[in-house]
Amino acid sequence: MNLVWAWLADPAHWQGTGGIPARIAEHLLYSALVLVLAAAVAVPLGLWIGHTGRGRVVVVNVVNGMRSVPTLGLLYVSVLVLAPRLRGDWAFLTPAIIVLFLLAMPPILAGAYAGVAEVDPGVRDAARGMGMSGLEVLWGVEIPCALPLIFSGLRSATLQVIATATVAASVSVGGLGRFLIDGLAARDYGQMAGGALLIGLVALAVDGVFALVQRVAVSPGLRPARPLKTHEAIPAS
Amino acid sequence: MITFDKVTKVYPDGTRAVDGLSLDLPTGKITVFVGPSGCGKTTSLRMINRMIEPTSGTIGIDGRPTSSLDPVTLRRGIGYVIQSGGLFAHRTVLENIATVPLLLGWGKAKAYGAARELIERMGLDASLTSKYPAQLSGGQQQRVGVARALAADPPVMLMDEPFSAVDPQVREQLQDEFLRLQAELGKTIVFVTHDIDEATKLGDQVAVLRVGGTLAQLAPPADLLADPVDDFVADFIGRDRGYRALAFVAAPALPIQPEATVELGATREQVAAVAAGAPWVLVVEDGAPVGWVAPERLGATVGRDDLHRGGTVARVGGSLRAALDAALSSPSRRGVLADDDGRLVGTVSATDVLTEIERDETGPPS
Repeated sequence: MNLVWAWLADPAHWQGTGGIPARIAEHLLYSALVLVLAAAVAVPLGLWIGHTGRGRVVVVNVVNGMRSVPTLGLLYVSVLVLAPRLRGDWAFLTPAIIVLFLLAMPPILAGAYAGVAEVDPGVRDAARGMGMSGLEVLWGVEIPCALPLIFSGLRSATLQVIATATVAASVSVGGLGRFLIDGLAARDYGQMAGGALLIGLVALAVDGVFALVQRVAVSPGLRPARPLKTHEAIPAS
Repeated sequence: MITFDKVTKVYPDGTRAVDGLSLDLPTGKITVFVGPSGCGKTTSLRMINRMIEPTSGTIGIDGRPTSSLDPVTLRRGIGYVIQSGGLFAHRTVLENIATVPLLLGWGKAKAYGAARELIERMGLDASLTSKYPAQLSGGQQQRVGVARALAADPPVMLMDEPFSAVDPQVREQLQDEFLRLQAELGKTIVFVTHDIDEATKLGDQVAVLRVGGTLAQLAPPADLLADPVDDFVADFIGRDRGYRALAFVAAPALPIQPEATVELGATREQVAAVAAGAPWVLVVEDGAPVGWVAPERLGATVGRDDLHRGGTVARVGGSLRAALDAALSSPSRRGVLADDDGRLVGTVSATDVLTEIERDETGPPS
């Protein structure tokens, strides 16, 4: 523990391109890039499958299939295949992004799909019966009702990507993973443990931000059931 | 008027849900579709707003075939209430009720104004306005569902078992409110239920459907009970038809007897003096009958626990069924009658009620 503290407290480790703030920024940048890409593909796909009911089998198989892919193995294969074909930073960054993208897809897809698919059929029927068009049902009813599960998919993907983005360092890209790989190489256990601690803290902080956004975005009517407070008590009818 | 003209629905798997249904649903009246499961009652209702498309035949509203209208436009002009309520969990009560006005582009101020008005009209507490559906009781949810269907003031309402999911006590309350509301609004209502008692209570006319989706009988409730067209309808209506038909006969001027009463909280001695040997004495509270007591089984005073509560109270000017039931259910065999405010008027015996029934020489209504 002293080693970790000594490493973290050393002002030299908080400066420059290899310093802690720079590594955190790199880590967040990779993670954000991956999550935006994955969400851009998986959220609309999940919503569409949930809304139309078409391609449910695809969701189940893709989600399960992708979850069983070994991340590190896929990363090395991607590097072997792609690195010779790309230049500069992208030679190693691209494989890392692809691997993390595949990791982030399943939870986001599953969340968006399940969120829409689990909307009460009676609610959907009422919406159509009152004269909402298909798109009005999707935007006005299905997506708002699906938000808790969409968020849960996004948050789960975010935690996995931030934790796993560490492996990017093993193919000589930046991010907080550098402290683990370099620390291991130099047998600097303070640096390794410090890096691991920072990854955990970053993951928690980002999840906290998501939690705040979710609180604002999701209707209070969809929060998990809880006993009503006395000032909210409803007079019996 | 809504007109079904030889309407048939056959599903792709060959199931014949509705078969050659022809009937008229008069404007401003409640028509109830009733029948066992598989009789096509819900399918028939859902074909009116084109949630289901008929295989053949036409449905017209005021002479215009629904097939000539855009489904979304058609549905926005028809109120729609379903069994589960189908309220939007992410929207407040006010936003739920304003749904159709907002879809119609009324603007927020006018839409929410109309919604607030309905909240009041439906007897919902104003404090519920900003609540979410999950915070409401089942009965409140159904009221909001009905209010939401009424919000844009559509001339036609479709109601698919709207009161089936609530407990019997609340259901009766909702039915009574519904009838009161309909008396004010005069909508053309199509109501689906599997409950024949609900059908006869609410319907101006009742359409009994058979499995396979054919019309067995279309008649006002009293006629249906008095003169079922065949064994299927007779079986479906069930037992006690003669007794239940009395619900549609207004009680004539019954020979109401004054009844000696004691106040709740009276002493044993006071009760004994009033009873003068009779086995039961009627107890009132602020003029309203609350139950019967047996003087010999009484403690020092008449408490609520001493009351025999089996007897029903009939309203003066109510139905013969209610008056007869009050007499039959009373431990003293004297049926308690009260006025519209619930205050005691007097009692009537079963014999007197029966005499009135027999005096009605026209026989059962037909």
